[in-house]
Amino acid sequence: MSMGKVLDFMTRTRGGAKMDWTDWVTYGYLGLGIFLMFFPVIWLIMSSFKTEADLQRYPPTFLPYQQETMMVDGYDDPLPLFLMTGGEYEGQVLAQVRRVGLQAQMVDPAAPQERLRVSIENREPVDRVSLAFENYTGLFERFNFLRFLWNSTFITVIATAIMLLVNSMAAFALSKYQFRGRTTVLLLVIGTLMIPQTVVLVPLFLITRELGMLNSLWGVIIPGAATPTGVFLLRQYMVTIPDEILDAARMDKASEWKIFWRIIVPLSAPAIAVLAILAIMWRWNDFLWPLIVLSESENFTLQLALNAFQGEMQTEWSSLLAMTVLTLLPVAVVFMFLQKYIATGIASTGGK
Amino acid sequence: MLKIISPIMRIIEIPMLFAQRRLGIQRLAWLFLLPNLLLFGLFAFLPVFLNFAYALTGGDGILLEDRPYVGGQNFATLTDCENYLDPNSCNRDFFWRAVHNTVWFVTLQVGFMVGFSLLTALILNRDIRARGFFRSVFFFPVLLSPVVVALIWKWILQRNGLLNSTLEGIGLEGFVWLLDRGWAFAWSVFLTVWAHMGFYTLILLAGLQAIPRDVYEAALMDRASPWRTFRKITLPLLAPTMLVVLVLALIRSVQTFDEVFAFTGGGPGSATTFIIQYIYQTGFAGAPRLFGLASAASLMLALILVILTGLQLWANRRNVDG
Repeated sequence: MSMGKVLDFMTRTRGGAKMDWTDWVTYGYLGLGIFLMFFPVIWLIMSSFKTEADLQRYPPTFLPYQQETMMVDGYDDPLPLFLMTGGEYEGQVLAQVRRVGLQAQMVDPAAPQERLRVSIENREPVDRVSLAFENYTGLFERFNFLRFLWNSTFITVIATAIMLLVNSMAAFALSKYQFRGRTTVLLLVIGTLMIPQTVVLVPLFLITRELGMLNSLWGVIIPGAATPTGVFLLRQYMVTIPDEILDAARMDKASEWKIFWRIIVPLSAPAIAVLAILAIMWRWNDFLWPLIVLSESENFTLQLALNAFQGEMQTEWSSLLAMTVLTLLPVAVVFMFLQKYIATGIASTGGK
Repeated sequence: MLKIISPIMRIIEIPMLFAQRRLGIQRLAWLFLLPNLLLFGLFAFLPVFLNFAYALTGGDGILLEDRPYVGGQNFATLTDCENYLDPNSCNRDFFWRAVHNTVWFVTLQVGFMVGFSLLTALILNRDIRARGFFRSVFFFPVLLSPVVVALIWKWILQRNGLLNSTLEGIGLEGFVWLLDRGWAFAWSVFLTVWAHMGFYTLILLAGLQAIPRDVYEAALMDRASPWRTFRKITLPLLAPTMLVVLVLALIRSVQTFDEVFAFTGGGPGSATTFIIQYIYQTGFAGAPRLFGLASAASLMLALILVILTGLQLWANRRNVDG
């Protein structure tokens, strides 16, 4: 295959026709899209591996650099290396002992006995690409990071589990039983859909307080456990499960709870999985309600800790960025799993 | 996983079995509903009624019995303005500033959001390579948490940040973006559009794909120009979906808080303070905690949301019929 053919193949569009201007605009827009959606995140991740000194560097570089250091005879700590750009020692690589104002005391690593005086204008640090993992390890040593991670994980896991159980029970009742008041309950559920948490913050705070759940992780978990969205989603799915399966199980003397747990739940797995992913995202990213309920920093979720620290750590971006990346990590993992579904599932309903 | 769940389920089965013998099968439904209804009642319905009560009381006690009845005074305080277009002339000028900011924010943000979502959906609906990948690209920021979104852009926009160095690289002046009222506001709009656009793009894309292919084939036969096809076929057939997206975006936009709060803290001054932040600061962040005022403000917000939700239901109905 000749080069021309390869190029042809790469740029081929509908039915092998030539790229027209709309195709160029399309791919231009998509390229810009990738850049705008991913690059800020990649920039953040790259930055999180920079040392505090490297973070202050202006203009910033894409890759994280660290200054090369070297052990020199007669000194206990490794000394930073500089390349001389002018003056007497131009072209040589020297190690800096200390800096005094505009002068630096340097030594030649090959002949460490003699101290050399150099103007700081004549030197440039010797850098190498290097990942500052200490930003991450420092989080575990210096902050209660594991605590925040645990709080977030605990809230996410327990709240999702409770929500799935409680919502699927309600959805089962609303889809598989004919009882008086069913319509009323359904209407109530629709009603709840229209009450966002944001407009009932004050009374919600009172109720949570009266239940003794203020400043406890349960205060974040319980009030959000019954979501109307979840009931709806699951009910719509369960309605499609044929009633004959239930009747057959009843013939076999299965209890209603067993029918729910052994038949309905496994058959609704796709819908439950969708809801589980949604719930995990909601809980992991939740901010306003935890902000109100949790006032002691040891109970903070990652989101709260990040927000609280960004005020305190204005000057120390290195820890802040590392923490941001760790908060983002589970989301990135979910994205990798979801990607397939976003592409095929939600959008391809009509076409293709 | 099953090892943890199965025993729990077996334990629940015992009382459920007992209840089934007593109640019969159909009435057992209530037992299945009970946990959910309890949670709904306690954390959704009861708060709505309590909110009215709070809005009519003053003081800074959280317990209703500690709170003196003040009637409509909270609403009077909030709406005490000489000129509603000028927050400085209002008693609670902070509230009116938040209202003004929210109105501007919603107008701009929803406009850009729907515009860019539509453009992106149209492009993603074309016959492009790696379609699935591109679709998820635009969805990616939707998954990010608000604080992370805020910190990403704060990092890029800071004085020594990427944007300033790029600008200076091409010979322009750097700028302290978030210390300027106008720019902080503009970046807040940008950041929220960036973070949520993918969600609306997906809905619109689904709407586009629901348009039958043969309509386009007929247009092609009639030699209609692409622009004409877009105006006469795509837009009208997409209109119901557009309406749903518009109202959903409105409902979300009015409630904006997390991202912008973590991004600018509402500042500089009060340039990016919106209604939810007013409620948070009045009721929870400051001392004294003015729960009455916060509740009254929530009720005013709720009124807006009820209207918007009504619109949404209406839009959905048209969508189903059409």
